[in-house]
Amino acid sequence: MPLSETPSAVARPRLRAGDRVFAGLSTGAGLLILFVLAGVAAFLLVEAWPALTAPPEEVPGGRGVALYVWPLLFGTALSAVFALLIAAPLAVTIALFVTYYAPRALAQGLGYLIDLLAAVPSIIYGLWGFTVLAPATVGPSGWLADNLGFIPLFAGPVSATGRTMLVAILVLAVMILPIITAVVREAFRQVPRLHEEAARALGATQWEMLRMAVLPFGRSAIIGASMLGLGRALGETMAVTIVLSVSGGVTVNLISSGNPSTIAADIALQFPESTGLAVNTLIASGLVLFAVTFAVNMAARTVINRRSEFSGAN
Amino acid sequence: MAKHIQVKDLDIYYDEFLAVQGVSMTIEPRSVTALIGPSGCGKSTFLRSLNRMHELVPKARVEGQVAINGRDIYGSNVDPVDVRSEIGMVFQRPNPFPTMSIYENVAAGIRLNNVRMKRSELDDLVERSLRSANLWNEVKDRLHRPGGGISGGQQQRLCIARAIAVDPAVLLMDEPCSALDPISTQAIEDLINDLKPDYTIVIVTHNMQQAARVSDTTGFFNLADVGQPGQLIEMDTTAKIFSAPREQATEDYITGRFG
Repeated sequence: MPLSETPSAVARPRLRAGDRVFAGLSTGAGLLILFVLAGVAAFLLVEAWPALTAPPEEVPGGRGVALYVWPLLFGTALSAVFALLIAAPLAVTIALFVTYYAPRALAQGLGYLIDLLAAVPSIIYGLWGFTVLAPATVGPSGWLADNLGFIPLFAGPVSATGRTMLVAILVLAVMILPIITAVVREAFRQVPRLHEEAARALGATQWEMLRMAVLPFGRSAIIGASMLGLGRALGETMAVTIVLSVSGGVTVNLISSGNPSTIAADIALQFPESTGLAVNTLIASGLVLFAVTFAVNMAARTVINRRSEFSGAN
Repeated sequence: MAKHIQVKDLDIYYDEFLAVQGVSMTIEPRSVTALIGPSGCGKSTFLRSLNRMHELVPKARVEGQVAINGRDIYGSNVDPVDVRSEIGMVFQRPNPFPTMSIYENVAAGIRLNNVRMKRSELDDLVERSLRSANLWNEVKDRLHRPGGGISGGQQQRLCIARAIAVDPAVLLMDEPCSALDPISTQAIEDLINDLKPDYTIVIVTHNMQQAARVSDTTGFFNLADVGQPGQLIEMDTTAKIFSAPREQATEDYITGRFG
C-alpha cells in the first residue's frame, strides 16, 4: 500500500518495541554518567566540608587547607605539564612516523607495540622508574646542574638517589605516551587521501604536505589526546608514589631532593594513617584535583570548538 | 605561460604491472586536449605521469620521456617537487583544504613556493585567481570562511583558482566534473574555455559530450583486454575524432557500442 493512503501512519510514526527499548537503554546510560559524576562531586564536597570550615591550626600542617593543598597542587601541575610537554610532541612525531614514514610491516608492529605499552600497569612503570631510571639519571643530572644550572629547573644540588621530580616527569611521560600516540595515529589515518594529493600536486614535499594537510586535520585530535594524557598524568598515583622522594617544598628545581609531592601520591601515602579531620583534608585535596581535571577538559573543549568550522569534519 | 608537451614512448608501471604502454603524443600550448576511453584504460594514470604524481604510489614508475618545452621532466637532475609546482592539477572530487579559509586555499601554492609577497599583493593575487575561476562574486564576502563550506561546484572552482594562482605552465584536470551537477559542470566548462588562451589544458573525461564541447584535440585510450596495458589508440582534432575516426575501436566507443 502506498504511504499516501495511510496519512495517519505518516503523521504519527509509531515507535516499534525495539526502538523504544533501545532508546530507553541509551538514554539511561547517558543519564547514568551524569548521576555518577554528580555523585562523586557531592561526595567530595560533603566529605571535604569539615576540613574547609575547620580552624586552620587543626588541619594537618597547622596552616589551613589551602596551604596544605597548595604545594601538592603545584607538584601535581608541575609533573603533569612537563610530562605532557615531553610526551605530546614525541607522540605526534611517532604517529607521523607510523602513518607516513615507516614501511608497512614495521608500522603494523609498532602500532601493536604502542597499544601494548598502554596496557602496562602503572605499578610496573613505578618499579622501573625506581630501580632503573632513578639511578641512571644521577649522572646526567650532575651534568645538567654543572652546565645548565643557571636554568632554575636544573639548579641542583643533585639528589643522590635520583628519586627526583625529573624522574617522576619522565615516568609519567612514558606512561601517557601510548594513549596520546594511539589517538593521534588514528586521526592521521583518517586524513583523506584527496587532501594529501592536493598538497602534493601543488608541489609540497612530504614534510610540507604533512604540515599543510595532515597536522591541521589532526589538530583537534592532538588537543583531545593531549588532554587525555594530561588527565592521566594529573591523577597518576602509584608510579609517582614509588618514584618520588618527597620533602614538601614548592620548587621548580627538578633534580634536587627537595620535591613537592602530588595530590594523588599524597593521598595514597597519608590515607592509611589518617583519621578524623586529616581524612577530610585529604578528600579536600581530592576535590581540588577533581576540579582541576574538570577545568582542563572544559578548556580543551573550548579550544577545539572555537575552530570547529575549520576542523575538516564537515 | 602556456607550454608545449611532448610525450615519447611512455610506459607506465605499477610495480611489475604495465598499466599504460607506448604512448607518444604532442600537446599544443593554449589548447584543450581531452583524453577519453573506457574505465581502467589508463587515461588518469597517464595524466598523473605528466606531473609526476604517479610515482607517489609505492613502487609505481615510468619509462620514456615527457618533455615540457623541450625539458624532460623525468631527467635525472629534475626534482619532482619542482615539476608539480609548475603544473596545476584538479582532481575528480573537489578537495579544498577544509582546515583553511577560502583565501588561504588560494594562497596555499604561493605559501609553499616561499614567494615573499606583501599583504596587498597577495590580496590582489587571490582576487585575480578567484576572478579567473569565475568564483570571486560568489565568495568575495566570505573569503575567511572555511574552504569546505561552499557548494561542490564552488569548491571545484576554488580548486581551479588554487591551481592557477601559482601561474602554472600546464593545467591537468582529472574528470573535474564527474562529482558535479549539470549547472556546476556548465560553469566549469565555461571556465575551461576562458582559461584556454593562457594555459595548456589536459582534461580526462568520461563524458564524451564534454570532450566534444570543450576540447580542440582528443586522444582515445583503450585496452585490448582485461589485464593488458592501456594504449593510446588514436589522437586527432576533436572534430575529426567525433566525425570520422580512423580506428574502428574509436568509432565503436564514441557511438556508444561499448565502454
